[in-house]
Amino acid sequence: MPEILKDKVGPQKQFHQHLDEGKFKIQRSKVTGEYFFHPRVAFPGTGDRDLEWVEVSGNGVVHSTTCNRRLPEKGGDFNLSIIKLDEGPKMMAMVFGVEPDKVEIGNKVKARIIELKGENNIVFDLIKD
Amino acid sequence: MNISEIRGKTAVVGLAETGCGVTPGWSAMELMATAVYDALEDSGINIKEVDGLFAATAFHSMAAMSLSEYLGIRPKFADGSNIGGSSFLSHILTAAMALQAGLINVAVIAYGSNQRSAGGFKTISEAMPFEAQYEPRMPVTAYALAAKRYMHEFNASRKHLANVAMAAREWALLNPRAYMHEKGSLTEEDILSARPIVDPLGKLDCCLVTDGAAAIVMTRSDKARDTRNTPIYLLGAAMEHHHRMISEMPDFTTTSAVESGKRAFEMSGYKFSDMDTVQLYDAFTINTILFLEDLGFCKKGEGKDFIKETFPGGSLPVNTNGGGLSCVHPGMYGLFVTLEALRQLRNSAGDNVGERKDGGWINDAKISLAHGNGGVLSSQVTNIWGLEETI
Repeated sequence: MPEILKDKVGPQKQFHQHLDEGKFKIQRSKVTGEYFFHPRVAFPGTGDRDLEWVEVSGNGVVHSTTCNRRLPEKGGDFNLSIIKLDEGPKMMAMVFGVEPDKVEIGNKVKARIIELKGENNIVFDLIKD
Repeated sequence: MNISEIRGKTAVVGLAETGCGVTPGWSAMELMATAVYDALEDSGINIKEVDGLFAATAFHSMAAMSLSEYLGIRPKFADGSNIGGSSFLSHILTAAMALQAGLINVAVIAYGSNQRSAGGFKTISEAMPFEAQYEPRMPVTAYALAAKRYMHEFNASRKHLANVAMAAREWALLNPRAYMHEKGSLTEEDILSARPIVDPLGKLDCCLVTDGAAAIVMTRSDKARDTRNTPIYLLGAAMEHHHRMISEMPDFTTTSAVESGKRAFEMSGYKFSDMDTVQLYDAFTINTILFLEDLGFCKKGEGKDFIKETFPGGSLPVNTNGGGLSCVHPGMYGLFVTLEALRQLRNSAGDNVGERKDGGWINDAKISLAHGNGGVLSSQVTNIWGLEETI
């Protein structure tokens, strides 16, 4: 049996369990040391299943960013960005700490765990110089 | 079967679109079936001869099966694969292979939507893990993220994007079938001051939301020559995709059209500079720029300026129907890209495929490129079509 199926839940659930414990962990290959996101049962493209969860720094850079326009009564405008983690992979998340349309590509950000849609998720705060 | 046994061995002999605009009271299936019957009537082929059926919609989980039941036919081969708006351009490749393998003799490829009358943009897409919790406004947010990154990397502005919408509108003004035909030219100011949706994209950077259905009829070349229309031959077709979620796109400014285009050109034996008309899937203004670059019509980063060549009368006729931005966009636009590529060639060969204002038809067009996009800059499919002399 592949090592991963000995786990009680799949990688997606494990990711959220780590967040429940206050830890932002992503997977990497034990062989190459390369990280990837989102969580999967094997390294995408190679099929490498010799993986480990590693707590990451939470540091990243804004790779692209948008302001999603929304009526005030529905919650108002909000930011959605693509963050490139210092460990390499990219992920989608909101950036806080500045007006939603004032986030810039290249801004440095730091991860924070918050509850969204009834489960813990990652968002980012702008690091002010 | 190898590539040389696909190139030029099948052809489209009938085509139709219907309900492009607003059609309250009509279901997606009724529109789609009407397009099928109209395309068959155009071809002169009886529905009893149809033994291959290909369809995808945002209304039917098993579109090919629902459509065959509605038509009352029993296909020997069917494909309802859904890779988004480009699905039909991949159905064309599958149909060509099934025809050439002798599995079927007549293929119909169809699509239908009543989304505008039914309340707006329609999708059957599932929520994306690791994105849905942030409530992105899909698909607009995805294309906005790509547009923003493009603007950053290549020093482009919203004014560059605006040129795409302005060019599409100018073509629509020449095409009486276009939804925005009567609406007049767009100015840069119109586009920049339009309601913002997801920055940097405003309302006029986004495609229309219309109803509409389309269908084509394909056969092997030997049978195609006996039909009453000018057959348009499939010279090349290729596809590739690498992501489903925008956050997984490897490079936000380069799509798989680089690969689909390269292989489609290779199969066809022609190169980008041989294309007489170019029909690109313009769901958003950024699309046209990325696809012109990725298909090789200009270098990466130069599409923002090259777009000026695509206005009517320019050096490269692009989206000559008015595109998804100003002609029609019922949610999955791929078959309309295809129809325009085919119509330009049939008109050039002397078939009556409708009226255009001066400059709307490309004189002496012999080869057209149709490019489909699906998902969020995800699936890319390129088809190259030609008149018989190009085989």
